[in-house]
Amino acid sequence: MAFFLETLFGGLMAGMLYSLVALGFVLIFKASGVFNFAQGAMVLVAALCMARFSEWIPLWTGLQSKFLSNMLAFAVSVAFMFVLAWLIERLVLRHLVNQEGVTLLMATLGITYFIDGLGQTIFGSDIYKIDVGMPKDPMFILDSIFEGGVLINQEDVIAAVVAAVLVAALSLFFQKTGTGRALRAVADDHQAAQSIGIPLNRIWVIVWCVAGITALVAGIIWGSKLGVQFSLTTVALRALPVIILGGLTSVPGAIIGGLIIGVGEKLSEVYLGPMVGGGIEIWFAYMLALVFLLFRPQGLFGEKIIDRV
Amino acid sequence: MFYRENGQFKTSYRADQQIFAIAQDRWAILVLIAFAALGVPFLADEYLFRAILIPFLILSLAALGVNILVGYCGQISLGSGAFMAVGAYMAYNTYIRVEGMPLIVALLSGGFFATLVGMFFGIPSLRVKGLYLAVATLAAQFFCDWAFLRVGWFTNNNASGSVSVSNLSVLGWNIDTPLQKYWFCLGFLVVFGLLAKNLVRSAIGREWMAIRDMDVAAAVIGIRPVYAKLSAFAVSAFIVGVAGALWGFVHLGAWEPAAFSIDRSFQLLFMVIIGGMGSIMGSFFGAAFIVVLPIFLNQFLPALGALAGVEISTATVAHAEAMIFGALIVWFLIVEPHGLAKLWSIGKQKLRLWPFPH
Repeated sequence: MAFFLETLFGGLMAGMLYSLVALGFVLIFKASGVFNFAQGAMVLVAALCMARFSEWIPLWTGLQSKFLSNMLAFAVSVAFMFVLAWLIERLVLRHLVNQEGVTLLMATLGITYFIDGLGQTIFGSDIYKIDVGMPKDPMFILDSIFEGGVLINQEDVIAAVVAAVLVAALSLFFQKTGTGRALRAVADDHQAAQSIGIPLNRIWVIVWCVAGITALVAGIIWGSKLGVQFSLTTVALRALPVIILGGLTSVPGAIIGGLIIGVGEKLSEVYLGPMVGGGIEIWFAYMLALVFLLFRPQGLFGEKIIDRV
Repeated sequence: MFYRENGQFKTSYRADQQIFAIAQDRWAILVLIAFAALGVPFLADEYLFRAILIPFLILSLAALGVNILVGYCGQISLGSGAFMAVGAYMAYNTYIRVEGMPLIVALLSGGFFATLVGMFFGIPSLRVKGLYLAVATLAAQFFCDWAFLRVGWFTNNNASGSVSVSNLSVLGWNIDTPLQKYWFCLGFLVVFGLLAKNLVRSAIGREWMAIRDMDVAAAVIGIRPVYAKLSAFAVSAFIVGVAGALWGFVHLGAWEPAAFSIDRSFQLLFMVIIGGMGSIMGSFFGAAFIVVLPIFLNQFLPALGALAGVEISTATVAHAEAMIFGALIVWFLIVEPHGLAKLWSIGKQKLRLWPFPH
């Protein structure tokens, strides 16, 4: 039982991290109808930027305080993601308005190649560390109920809290601010939003910035867990089943979907994996999402698909 | 002036329905095929065969298959690499497990098994559409990657998942030299190209296009979506599977699952989009573009660096290559979202009117 709970908690934490990446996808898809394959590359480049600047800033300025240099690096990374978002809107999306979904998808794949190349040219392509002072020690909970307690990672708990805070902040931003309202209007109907004077281009820049910041947060958390390296981009592929499970247009869907996928992955790996030779995590998530789609094609919380001729 | 159909009267239904209605087109295609079969061998050296021509032929075959699914039937698939892998590995298994199996039958059986897998993973297309489907087809990709790596039977119990074939021959004709491989692939491509061209002009091709344009409307006028979608998946997976088998047997010789990773799926989709969706010709253009571009960048960038007096390290070249590749793709999508085939048809249209455009 304790082992089961341990796996379950591990899955929930992993799921929270998937949700973070999935959030970026959902935000952009909602606001611009672009299925952004570059989200993984954005996670990588944001993490690279953060890692390198937190290394460079003390070298350049002689800052001693780790906290301060991390904060500065964070600010620089945010600025970097802003510039990136602005450039993407300016140079790519603006020219591809009204194209088919698949063309936009391919364009974001092109952006993926570009960002991968750019990030590694500027920041180097080794494995880097991000150290934002997250505690790494495992801890035991519930040891009054089970013998030996249940082992969980403090790091994971913090990551989950950060993710929860980010989600709360995002939903506040979407529900309570004027910009958030404009974003929701654009998500509903591009033309109607434009006709009441919402500037589409600016909204897109904003939404790509927000997605960039979620990418940065995801990158910092994943990066401090696994090290910042090229394989971070595959995180995006792990997050895809999350969004089709949760629904492409739903923020809560990304969270719940992430949790389901995370738990499903871990449980299947532990309990089914040994039977078939292991390593089933990645395709199991997709199969889970696929089977789910057969019953509910729009995902858990997606908008109902209505076919009209 | 030279390219118009004036004076070419059709006196039978047969003549009216031929693939290339204009005599000049027919001649051009015949000349092109003759040149590819007889002229190219005199002009190309071994490097050109190995690095460009053979990959181009095989990948255009695969792009043709993907184009049937994505371009003609409108079902976006990111699992084409998996179908290639199924083709390659199942062809391998048929080839080594059955004594005296002829090569061509083995390759086609690879296509057959790819068809089965393709139809299985095509089932979600009956429920989900568009981008949801694209993500759903990734399931095929990851499942096949895993299966060929972990299930020993497929790779004859080789731990690393790599397999190899040697001593290929068809009816006593050995396929060893690059030239022979080139001819072999060319033969496949011509046959499948003609078949595909005919298929998309037939009733079933029209059904696919109706489904692509609007599936509800197509269903209303009596096209069965189940049949149309699954047949598109089947035909596409068959062609892609045969291409995968050729890629493994003829181009690589020895391969492992990584040869058919998700990057391959993206590459094939790029070919279709850049070449032109819903165009047989476009598949060839797209394949040529995607095969040649990285090789060109790879050769060109260090030369450019040397010219500017800068020593560029291999890592930087690789990154710059990725950047330029990505930027070119985006640029291309912006200036010509309908692909190279569109440019081709505009050119043809203009040529027909030339020199009196009004």
